[in-house]
Amino acid sequence: MSLLSLENVTLSFGGLIAVNNVSFHVGEGEVFSLVGPNGAGKSTVFNLISRFYDPQKGNIKVNGESILRLRPDQVPSLGIARTFQNIELFEQSTVLQNLLIGRQRHRKSNLLSEMFFAPSVRQEERRHRHVVEEVIDFLELQAYRDKYIAGLPYGIRKVVELARALATEPKLLLLDEPASGLSLEETNDMIYWIEDIKKQMNITVLMVEHDMNLVASVSDRVLALADGKELAIGTPSEVQSHPDVIKAYLGTGGEINV
Amino acid sequence: MDFWQLAISGLANGSVYGLIALGFVLIYKATEAVNFAQGDFMMMGAFITIWLTNEQYLGFSFWLAIPLAILIMALLGYLLDVVVIRRMFGQPQIAVIILTIALGFIIRFAAGAIWSHEPQLLETPFAGREVHFGGLVLGFEEVAVIIVTLLLTMFLFLFFKKAKLGKAMQAASQNQLAAYYVGIPVKRIQSLVWALGGSVAAVAGILFASKGAVDPSTGLLGIKAFAAAVIGGFGSLPGALIGGLIIGLIEPFAAYGLPAGYSQVAPYALMLLVLIFRPAGLFSQMHEKKV
Amino acid sequence: MRFVFKRSYDDDIKLFKHRPQAFYYLALLILMLALPLLLDDFFLGEVTYVLIFAIAGMGLMLLTGHTGQVSLGHAAFLALGAYLNAIMLSKGIPFVITLPLAGILTGIIGMIIALPVLRLHGIYLAIATLAISVLADDIIVMAEPFTGGVTGLVAPPIDIFGLDIDRYGTPILFYFLVLFVTLFVLMIYRNIMRSPLGRAFVAMRDSEISAQALGVNITKTKATAFAISCAITGLAGALLGHFAGAFNNETFNIVLSIQLLLMIVIGGLGSIHGAFFGAMVVGFLPQFIAISRDFATDNFGFNSLSMPGIETGVFALILVLFILFEPMGIYGRWVKIRTYFELFPFYRKNMFKRQKSYLKTERMK
Repeated sequence: MSLLSLENVTLSFGGLIAVNNVSFHVGEGEVFSLVGPNGAGKSTVFNLISRFYDPQKGNIKVNGESILRLRPDQVPSLGIARTFQNIELFEQSTVLQNLLIGRQRHRKSNLLSEMFFAPSVRQEERRHRHVVEEVIDFLELQAYRDKYIAGLPYGIRKVVELARALATEPKLLLLDEPASGLSLEETNDMIYWIEDIKKQMNITVLMVEHDMNLVASVSDRVLALADGKELAIGTPSEVQSHPDVIKAYLGTGGEINV
Repeated sequence: MDFWQLAISGLANGSVYGLIALGFVLIYKATEAVNFAQGDFMMMGAFITIWLTNEQYLGFSFWLAIPLAILIMALLGYLLDVVVIRRMFGQPQIAVIILTIALGFIIRFAAGAIWSHEPQLLETPFAGREVHFGGLVLGFEEVAVIIVTLLLTMFLFLFFKKAKLGKAMQAASQNQLAAYYVGIPVKRIQSLVWALGGSVAAVAGILFASKGAVDPSTGLLGIKAFAAAVIGGFGSLPGALIGGLIIGLIEPFAAYGLPAGYSQVAPYALMLLVLIFRPAGLFSQMHEKKV
Repeated sequence: MRFVFKRSYDDDIKLFKHRPQAFYYLALLILMLALPLLLDDFFLGEVTYVLIFAIAGMGLMLLTGHTGQVSLGHAAFLALGAYLNAIMLSKGIPFVITLPLAGILTGIIGMIIALPVLRLHGIYLAIATLAISVLADDIIVMAEPFTGGVTGLVAPPIDIFGLDIDRYGTPILFYFLVLFVTLFVLMIYRNIMRSPLGRAFVAMRDSEISAQALGVNITKTKATAFAISCAITGLAGALLGHFAGAFNNETFNIVLSIQLLLMIVIGGLGSIHGAFFGAMVVGFLPQFIAISRDFATDNFGFNSLSMPGIETGVFALILVLFILFEPMGIYGRWVKIRTYFELFPFYRKNMFKRQKSYLKTERMK
């Protein structure tokens, strides 16, 4: 049974059809990428899965069960975490605090015990901190632990965004353009991390990305979208050489008379 | 006939609320700053006119005092932006709100210090004059208020729709960085908007003071103007006016129909209802942002 | 330079970062306890006033400073606390019950009132809470049988297990009562802020969307923030009622709501210290103005400074100066000065520079 499946999902904003009858499955443990030109509907798919939007038609299922009745804040309890294309970190907090907020879905304490900081709360805090520290070690963020987001460079923020999602201990990780704006070295780091996430942490990854190098390096399967419609699905090389995909990216390639 | 008297009086009051709301929506539309001191601007405009034209102060001609007062308020608005508001460039919206609240207090205090806290009446050449219309006897001031307000609203609506300056102001309010890129002098435009807000407030003040007495705390009816802007829909100029008229009309009729004390809450209760059920107001200008 | 070496996770969890900091606060506590020995009744009363406002400030700070929900209506909840407490006391219920009960009831009622407006943001929320404050003023007058309308109520005497506590009769006991409540509220506030709930509050303030995506139930958490904030404010209101002796709807007008907000901004939005600093400004400003007025009259022969409303005017002026030149408030400035000494000589001027963000319209939310 696939971890995530979209079935005939359609969503329009007014007259614009953003997602047009899109279907795909993501199997457990695979790295699945969504590619396509800008405006293809990729981030919209993410927002549908995160339940920020409701599809007009179709169904979205996690582990075989429809999630269309869930609120956005109930999605993390399914084991789904995401990053945002335009970084949505908590600017006035430190890296550590941002990652600790990632532990919200594992919160077991209640208001009363928190008001008096009962020993159970203290235990919980230590446990949360322990998990967060493992993420910090994995992504090598030790030096930035107590720094405020507001002062950090873009590349580091991208990593913190990823760290925060990992801190939720997800089963399915949605990465929205993880390499956008990153330098070559930083992108290479990202490639290694995604591989580790897949192989060592056994986390399934669904990724939206433009950087074809990154996509080709880590993905098991790729789905190409354009104008909200599916173009091609398959391994990275199959999709990259598919004629419809080439047409969508590069145009119809008529003769250029020099 | 009683009904019409109440209605016209309500419309006249409503026009003043509408004008204040207008000034306020103007500044919001163009700079996304919420000017909580707009009511106090109005009060200031009224007092400046009083100072210019009343016998006990400078005693200038009424018809000279009006443009002068409007000009002075425009200048004050411009200076306020240059000296204070501009420094808030890049700060979150809430900071500007708090700032204008405080400015309102300061303006109120200054007015009290200069002109005392006694209620004062603007001396107009048509005090007591009446207009006879279809069997009704109406105060000249009340009719003047309504007409001037309508004209001003129409003018501003067209200004934002057609005039280059108006469109530039709108652009600067939607995306400052982009406005800069296309060559709009954003900071200067903002100051002009505040000047415009000041002048509209001055007009409101003149009209209000010609109908009744003003004192420094009169600016607090700016809160009702807020209710007007909310009901009409923030960001909509005709909406602000219509919101003001609605509130202006509700007041006398509520006082007529409901027990004393209940009528006062009517505008605010209505505003809360609008906020809860249709926050965008009657003429919505809010859109969904794609993340 | 001070280096803080952390040896365990507890170092980040516990209340005080390092020994000297704990020591300073302990010294402060001892000072506060010994205050009655050092000050006469009048100044002790002034300090009590400041503490009451600090409690009210903490109530608003939790909601506005830490959760990002602007409220221009908190005087309504001060009123609610004051009236509930006084009415229950007059029915013979002992003070040890009416005080906490007034707080809890204000919290619950405040949360219920706030539920419809929780969806609103920024300016709309501010205006809605403003309306609530204005309406509260009118409702108090309308509910005359309970509230005494415009005549108001007189706060019944406090009797705790036989001990009579009165603001004028036994100012020292009253001071300790207020101090106790202040410390209690402070403890709860600090505990909440270092626990998951506090982090959820801050998350909602800084990015509601990602807070949701991380599992924070926005409606429930906002309601909780309102409930706690109103409860704390209710406690402050009850104490304020006793401090004032007698009160009516005028005591809790819209100007007070606005002053509360201005107060926590001056103090430093987003910090618990801010509530205390702001309260100190509010509490001591009238004295300061009176003293300067005398000074000016003696030395310059000014007689014109006896204007009504000068306190609010000066207060507003202070706020404007802070917003323009030190948006982080008094606490912010304090932190900068302290950091300067801690990092000496490596302090950089731009360490606390806030990121300027170009305005992008909030109408596309």
